[in-house]
Amino acid sequence: MSELSGQIREAVRKLLRQKEVDLVIGFEAGTLPLHSTPCFIREQQEAERLIWNSFCDNNLAKYLGKRQEKIAIIAKSCDARAIVELIKEKQISREQVVIVGVPCHGMIDRRRAEAELEGKEILEAEENDGELTLKGNGFTKVLKRSDYLCYGCEVCFHRNPVIYDILIGDGVAEKATDQYSDIAEFEAKSTEERWRYISDQVSKCIRCYACRNACPLCYCRECFVDNTHPQWTGKTTDISDTMIFHLMRAFHLAGRCVGCGACERACPMKVDIRKLNRKLVSDVKVLFDYEAGISLDRTAPLATFKPDDPEGFMLNP
Amino acid sequence: MKTKIIRKQDMTGLLNNLIQEYEVFAPVKRDDLVIFDRIGSDKDVSLEYTNSIKPPKEILFPQSETLFTCGSIGDAASIEVPVSEERPRLLFGIRPCDARSFLLLDKVFNEENHRDVYYLSRRNDMMVIAIGCIKPRATCFCTSVGGGPFSSQGSDLLLVDIGDDYIIQVITDKGSRLVEKVGVADAGENKLALMKMVIQEAELSMSPQIKTDGLKEKLDSAFDDPIWGSLTEKCLSCGICTYLCPSCYCFDIIDEVTDSKGERIRIWDSCQFPLFTLQASGSNPRPTNKERHRQRVMHKFSYCVDNYGQVSCVGCGRCVIECPVNLDIRQVLTTISNR
Ligand code: SF4
Ligand code: SF4
Ligand code: SF4
Repeated sequence: MSELSGQIREAVRKLLRQKEVDLVIGFEAGTLPLHSTPCFIREQQEAERLIWNSFCDNNLAKYLGKRQEKIAIIAKSCDARAIVELIKEKQISREQVVIVGVPCHGMIDRRRAEAELEGKEILEAEENDGELTLKGNGFTKVLKRSDYLCYGCEVCFHRNPVIYDILIGDGVAEKATDQYSDIAEFEAKSTEERWRYISDQVSKCIRCYACRNACPLCYCRECFVDNTHPQWTGKTTDISDTMIFHLMRAFHLAGRCVGCGACERACPMKVDIRKLNRKLVSDVKVLFDYEAGISLDRTAPLATFKPDDPEGFMLNP
Repeated sequence: MKTKIIRKQDMTGLLNNLIQEYEVFAPVKRDDLVIFDRIGSDKDVSLEYTNSIKPPKEILFPQSETLFTCGSIGDAASIEVPVSEERPRLLFGIRPCDARSFLLLDKVFNEENHRDVYYLSRRNDMMVIAIGCIKPRATCFCTSVGGGPFSSQGSDLLLVDIGDDYIIQVITDKGSRLVEKVGVADAGENKLALMKMVIQEAELSMSPQIKTDGLKEKLDSAFDDPIWGSLTEKCLSCGICTYLCPSCYCFDIIDEVTDSKGERIRIWDSCQFPLFTLQASGSNPRPTNKERHRQRVMHKFSYCVDNYGQVSCVGCGRCVIECPVNLDIRQVLTTISNR
């Protein structure tokens, strides 16, 4: 991993030296174990701060919108997929970004790793050769890295950036994934069970909007929940109000969600937000054979109309 | 200070006793999260926790609360203010930082010229039984902001875990009346010595994480420092840091109208949201995350010092741990201090 950090710094120094970009968005070391944190670099000598490891879990495409400068972005594959959608949705032009792609082995879900320690506090984390070593007061625990990936990474089958200008490191093998078995399992439940599950999850929500604000594709200048004139939705934490937020958000992302999981990771209350989003990802795949963020040329199904579009779900819901 | 002692296994009886008389709130596990909730029996309580994900402020200051409902009866308007018939509340097993946060909330909601009846209806008879922290987390910095892992500020009773027993430090008269009523033994010398050791060990394990000396002056003079731009560039403007903060208290008032009924509701608000200062004209004095995040830091570490003579952070570390982009308030303060 440190090798990749070196290569990223090298590439970034060159981009800044040759004035190809004004700004670089990448990751630097965080203040807590198992955390890397987004950083913004404008000078060559700051490139030293850049790092790459299994804790670079934010989706940096979030930071691309509404900027004038020419930007280089260190993009793992889900960041790159979000960039594809942002380009198609005209939030940024292809010429404005230099995509420094990094093939990805999946990011660590720190909560999963923490759960392994039964409340003991992790003070230090290191990774090496597929192992994750966690240290704290009076303990050292070695975990197999691949057993502690984020859920989104576990089901990811596009680990190599689909779009890039510079590629860091070697490509990684794609996983042969049983693509939507988790969703099939959910679909097999009765309507009541599904409603109960979603309601239970949503009832934990405190409406901090971290999910929305972490999502690279939630970029509306004014989100429907923030509209006051008219006020479309109730503002309380009553489940009926909260549910509207989550259902509407999921629908706004249908055919656009790239499945990065940034929303879910941001959520302090561990609301299973992606169940809704991923169900729609799977529907869009099944109904329209479309995956978001894969191709710059294909129009998103909800942004176009074809006379032979499947419509059974509208006529017989 | 009076000190009592209770065997851990006898706590069950004590708690169930208290439940008869009070609405008891305690740390409970929901899925993998620890939150404070009303308990029906001692079995729900999980005292093996570092701190809750959500602070206990919502017990006094709920995230949404109806202030009144209105409608019409014939030609006359009717207004109804909800009255709570609830028994007094007792908070069991909260951490000393959170107990301290109530004193900060009091300054806002129980201020000489503004007594908040809704808040006070819950606050007045509330009993606080805190439990000291034998294992403070690395993200805890209560000692840097005037508290400590065994600070008794804001508690009526403070429990110290000494292995098989809890020492009960009796802090207030209210607490004293409670222990007299339930009847617990006095703590002996050797147990008290053990307590001192436990406390000392916890305190020694903590090191200062922010410098508050001269911090206010630094912040005031750094208001226009461009460093705020780079410090906050990664901020997502979500509400995590404010909603999870035990001492953040900003709220919004909204009216909801359905047919002929209206409801005035108070909800939590966050200075991190663009809507917070959006004016009817469309202008926003805090248009970006820079102004908004600076406001959060200034409010806690400068304006509250002006208004209440105290910083409004108890060092619980929730905002540090839960920020999705690791924007660490300790780092922000240290950077400003070093300017
Ligand atoms: S909805 Fe969630 S998973 Fe989908 S793009 Fe947004 S942050 Fe990523
Ligand atoms: S991040 Fe979680 S708690 Fe916050 S609004 Fe989203 S679902 Fe709700
Ligand atoms: S500012 Fe952060 S550390 Fe301080 S009381 Fe609030 S949540 Fe806790």
